[in-house]
Formats: sequence, structure tokens, C-alpha cells
Amino acid sequence: MRTPILVVCRKEVLENGRDRRTVFSTLFFGPLFAPALFAVLINVMLSQALSSMDEVMELPIIGAEHAPNLVGFLRRYGLEPADDGPASLEDARAAVARGQHDIALAVAPDYAQAFRNGDDARVTLIVDRSETGATAASQRVRTVLDAYANQIGMLRLQARGLNPAVLRAVTIDELDVSTAAARSVLLLGMLTYFLLLATLAGGFYLAIDATAGERERGSLEPLLTVPVGRSSLLLGKMAATICYMLLSLALTLFGFMIALKFVPLESLGMRANFDAAVALQTFLLLAPFTPLGAALMTLVASFTRSYKEAQTYLTLVLLIPTLPLLLASLLNVEPDFRLMWIPSLSQHLLVTALLKAEPLSWSYAAVSATASVVLGALLALLAIRLYDREALLG
Amino acid sequence: MIEVSGLSKRFGAVVALDDVSFAAADGRITGLLGPNGAGKSTCLRILYTVLKPDAGYAKINDVDVVEHPLWARRELGVLPHGAGLYPQLTTRENIAYFGRLHGIKEPALSARIDQLVARLELEEIADRRAKGFSQGQRTKVALARALVHRPKNLLLDEPTNGLDVMSTLSLRNWLSELKARGQCIVLSSHIMQEVAALCDDIVIVAHGRIVAQGTTEALRERFGNKSLEDIFVETVAGS
Repeated sequence: MRTPILVVCRKEVLENGRDRRTVFSTLFFGPLFAPALFAVLINVMLSQALSSMDEVMELPIIGAEHAPNLVGFLRRYGLEPADDGPASLEDARAAVARGQHDIALAVAPDYAQAFRNGDDARVTLIVDRSETGATAASQRVRTVLDAYANQIGMLRLQARGLNPAVLRAVTIDELDVSTAAARSVLLLGMLTYFLLLATLAGGFYLAIDATAGERERGSLEPLLTVPVGRSSLLLGKMAATICYMLLSLALTLFGFMIALKFVPLESLGMRANFDAAVALQTFLLLAPFTPLGAALMTLVASFTRSYKEAQTYLTLVLLIPTLPLLLASLLNVEPDFRLMWIPSLSQHLLVTALLKAEPLSWSYAAVSATASVVLGALLALLAIRLYDREALLG
Repeated sequence: MIEVSGLSKRFGAVVALDDVSFAAADGRITGLLGPNGAGKSTCLRILYTVLKPDAGYAKINDVDVVEHPLWARRELGVLPHGAGLYPQLTTRENIAYFGRLHGIKEPALSARIDQLVARLELEEIADRRAKGFSQGQRTKVALARALVHRPKNLLLDEPTNGLDVMSTLSLRNWLSELKARGQCIVLSSHIMQEVAALCDDIVIVAHGRIVAQGTTEALRERFGNKSLEDIFVETVAGS
């Protein structure tokens, strides 16, 4: 049976398949751009995390001549004394405040004397805590200094015939229980965001076309003279929008399958865990979001008077599904039955769990899908009511 | 047979139609003549059911269009103002889309499109995408689209707008042919010569009201030897 909905859907799919903008946003933006950007982003983040500990860092030291041993130790751990560093404590303070150096170290003039006597020899770290880079740098310098102090302390105890272990009343051993896949999840968490964005982008132009586009071309009025209810026309258009969104989602997942092969997750001891089976499950988890996205975009486009206006508003709509994700990452929420009623957040949590290789609760997935589809249906009804207004013709 | 009676419509404070009544018979061409903003389009839009009247009724073959909008749309062929096509679809596809929405199935649909393409001399652009069509080509395709379901009644809103002389002539021939087949045709225009040359009955509208109506001859008689243009200026100015 060829119902009007199918006729409209088929025509929209065909027509938009010939439209360069739609093809670009469906076939290019999502599937190519998003995974590529993601891979580059992760590579940069990983290389930063990996490199900072071995890289040689320049450290201005005031009074280095008082502590040649300490300076040698610092050098061994990649902390190189700056050649043209500040000459005095005052200079160093000014230089750090200016942001010329992240951090500086000042050795007290009586350091050598105190060290020789076995008193506490003093050094000062000059740091600007409001600088983000300074925190990591000061952490690093402090760790090396602590190690030096420990080493010397132990040598002294041994020289006095004491077991250095008496100083360590409690020994802390850390046992990391996160699986390799779970550790990569911080990075892969962004994946949901990219996937939802690519999905919405796939239906972007079709949703605009449904009202603003048709009206601007003058093809809406003739269309409204055919003996078909406006609801059927709009449902057909939304069905076509969903088709493109699903296509974009599928292609984007395929893009990620390839792109993640070029991401050195293994170098951090992680497993990407993103094979065809995971991609398929991700697709099934995200697919119920498409009716909601299509209805939301169509609804917003119905308010607008022109193609350009629709584009402006829909760009804002692209941000709506990212709000729950933002909240989730800020509050660090865990999957919860109640949260499954919130579209986009529920999909995010489910996909994240899937990527963590945690067992997936199908009841959670069912609630997530139901909530998205029901909300999508409500928005579609609202869009149909708007489409029924006389003012639609503008 | 198209009939409107006591038709009124307002948009906010603007009165678009005020107690408009006329009838258009089968086998005749009825022209709604009036300046821009007179209410011609509003009247046609109520007839093809995208607007609802505030008062009065519009009937096609004695059936109220407000009560039976889907039935009315099946009975009507409509060429709205502007008549946009889908730029990414070919002429055939543009016509076929409307044919399918009218419930016409293959192979009848293809046969009907072939017929329309031949009659409207669209062969050259039949399989070209509508992007970049001239105004004349667009109007022809839109007309073919409006006729795909063989409607008995035809509503045309400013059909000759933007057409060159040749296209206007061929449109006139077409409408005369449809009239000869007993169809009921209502068209709107602000060009007096066109209405005089084409229409059997004329309804002159200004500011949402009918200022004069009758057969072309009757109007000529009533207003003496004045040209239609004079009548038009006189009635519109006097209203």
C-alpha cells in the first residue's frame, strides 16, 4: 500500500539526496569530520599526558652554588637549571608573577651549613597557583624534591644504624581496579556527544525544508492543495528526516570504527573496545533518539519565517541534547533508573556503559528508548498542530 | 460549478473579504479582477481550503468546502500564486509527486504525465531538473501538476504573472480548450485586457468587496461604450 506518508517520505529522501547541502551534512560532516576531529583531539590529549613527565623542564634556581648535590639530582629527573634565571629571590618572585617562569626554586644561603649539620636545610618554591600550567610543574618539582629529601633522610638513618622503615608507619599500596576499557572512557565519553551531534546534523536541512524551505520556494501552498491531511505531509517529512539521521549515525559509527584504529589508546594501557558489535549496539541505543531529534528540529523550524531564520534557530537546537551531557560530566552521574527517562542523557550513560564493557541492562535501554520515542511523538503532535495553523503560509 | 456567498475574512484588523458572493458556471471562465490586495487571493485560498472564512460559505457543486476540504481538493486543480516547484526534481517527478498524492497509481500516472507533457509542450524539459527553469516553464509545469488528476474545476491565481507574450498566448489557448470541455475555471488578475480577452464572466473586486459583476458583454453594456479599463478605474475609485 502506498500511503501519502510514504509518498512524501520517498520524495524527500530522493530530493534531498540530490541536494549538496544535505549530502554534505549527512555524508561528510558526521561520518568524516566528527571521527577525524575526535581522533586528533584524543591524540593531542594523549601525547600531552604522556610527554610531560619525561620532557626536560627549565627550572630557574637561585643560589644553586649552595647545593650542587641537589641540583645534580634535579638534573637527573629532567629539571634543568635555567642559564639566565633571576639572580635574587625578589627577581624570581617578580619573574613568576609576570608569568615569565611557571615556577622557580630558591636555595637558602645557609643551606650548605644546615645540610652539613643535619638541621633542616631550606629551599623555597616560588609559584603562581592561579596559572593552570604551574600546578603540574610545581607538583613535578615537589615530587623530585621529596624524593631527594627522602633519599638523604634514609641515608642518614642508615648511617646512624637505624632501619629507615621506622619512619614509615604506614605504607600505602594502590590497587587500581578500573579495567583498561574503563580508563579510556573519559576520552570516549566525548563520543556520545559527537554521535548525537552528527545524528542531528544529518536531519538538519530536511527539517528546515519541511516548513521554511517549502514556504520560501513557494511550493508549500500547492502542496497543501492535494487531498492529503497536513499531518500526513508532516509525518512523511519527519520520516525522511529520521531516515537521514539514521544514515548519518550509521556512517558516523563506521567512521569511528576506522578512526579509533589510529588512536594510540593502547599506549595508556587502555583498550578502545570499539568493534562492529559495539558499533551496532551503539546504533541501536541511539536510534530511538532520532524521532525525538527530528520532531524537535521540525517543531522549531515551524516557528520560523525564513530559511535563514530556521538555520539560526536550529543551530541552537543542536546544542540542546548536549546540555544533559555537560551536566553529567560536571556532576559525574552514574547510571540510574530514573535518569533513563531523560533523553540524550540516558543514551549517553548507556553508550558509556557499553564502552566500559559493563553489562548492559536491557530494561534501562528499553526505558531510554520509550522515553525518547514518547517525547518525540509529543513534539511531533505539537509540530502538526503548528503546521495546521493558517499562519503557516506566512 | 463554484459558488461563494457572503464570504468574509479578516486578518487581525485588516478586512480582506467583506460579504463577497458570486457564482462561476461550468464551461465558462470567470475572472476575479481587482488591484493588488483587493482580496482575490484570499477568496481563492478559501476555495482551495488553505484558509477558512469567518462568515459565508464556499461551495463546489453544492458541497461546502469547509466541511469537506479533502473532497474539495480532489475536485479542484489549483495554480497558486508563485507556484513553486521542487528544484531538485525533474518536470516528470514534480508532476508525479502530486499525482501520487492524489492517489493515482502506475501505469495510469505515467500515461497521464506523457499526455500532459505532450499537450503543454514540455518534452524538452521533461527530464530536466526544475532548477533554473524560466518563469514560463515553471508556470507550465505547475499547471500540468495542477491538472494531473483531471479536476473538473480550476482555480488560477494570477496565472499570467511574469509570462512573456508567447507563453501568455499558449496559456490562453489552453484555458479555452479546457473551457470547451466543460470545465469550470476561475482565475484572478489585475490586468484588465487579459480578463476581457479571456473571461466570459467578470467579478470586479476592490478592498475586499465586489464592486461590479456580470458577463463581459453585460458589463460593457452597463457602462456604455467605456473600455473595461475605464470601468475598472471608475468602480475602484468610487468604492
